[in-house]
Amino acid sequence: MKTYPNLGSSASNDNNSRRSTSTTRAKFALRFIRSLKEMKKRGHVSNNSSADERSQRIKAAAYSSMAHAVGPRRAWARALLFKLQRSAKRHRVLTNMTRKMSRTCLILKQKKNKKKNKGINKKKRVTNGNDDVLLNQTDKLRGLVPGGKAMDVCSLFEETAHYIKCLATQVKVMQDIADQLSPK
Amino acid sequence: MSSRRSRSRQSGGSRITDDQINDLVSKLQQLLPEIRERRSDKVSAANVLQETCNYIRSLHREVDDLSERLSELLATTDTAQAAIIRSLLSQ
Repeated sequence: MKTYPNLGSSASNDNNSRRSTSTTRAKFALRFIRSLKEMKKRGHVSNNSSADERSQRIKAAAYSSMAHAVGPRRAWARALLFKLQRSAKRHRVLTNMTRKMSRTCLILKQKKNKKKNKGINKKKRVTNGNDDVLLNQTDKLRGLVPGGKAMDVCSLFEETAHYIKCLATQVKVMQDIADQLSPK
Repeated sequence: MSSRRSRSRQSGGSRITDDQINDLVSKLQQLLPEIRERRSDKVSAANVLQETCNYIRSLHREVDDLSERLSELLATTDTAQAAIIRSLLSQ
């Protein structure tokens, strides 16, 4: 149970396209705990680093673990990992949405990865004329879902639904771990 | 390729139908604790999307808070991870 090799690439099992939330939950928990252990071992969470730096590291580890647990089949998970890798490379903390720099790169990557993105522009134009309020809300949603800027409306909604489920799971597991670590 | 073409034809030539949108919006609606409880059909699509945004923001905030809490806990406690793993796996 301790080792869970190559979670990220396990998505090549196409027949496994619908993984249950409980599997994702277990995968996330294992990965997250493993990175916490790693951080602890390297002294990244000890008192000599600033409190802010520590919690940023943990936050990045949490999002990254979830994205890995979900696997590369989901656009939001790919985008999230890409973003995290970039900000780690730049030695930047994961402040809430480093949008400007990630936007262009995400779009480039999505185009490379997904053929169906060719249809985006057409669809955008169509919804433009339809409903301004809806469009406004949709744009806000794009900013919140990783990689959302490069999605057509349909995939945006589908990815959002999945993203919400996973985020809720992530919060729950983090909560459980924190409760477990808290002095009784 | 072909699936894309057929989808766009089905939706009236690269047009997303209201049905498709409604379908996806109601899927989202199921996931929102705020709206799910209201259970009325009067919730508009824009409303669902707004609540979705709020919900995602609140989840992000929770992750922020929990990261902070965990960093404090990890800095102070000794490695009790074996116990955590055991308890998580037994759930």
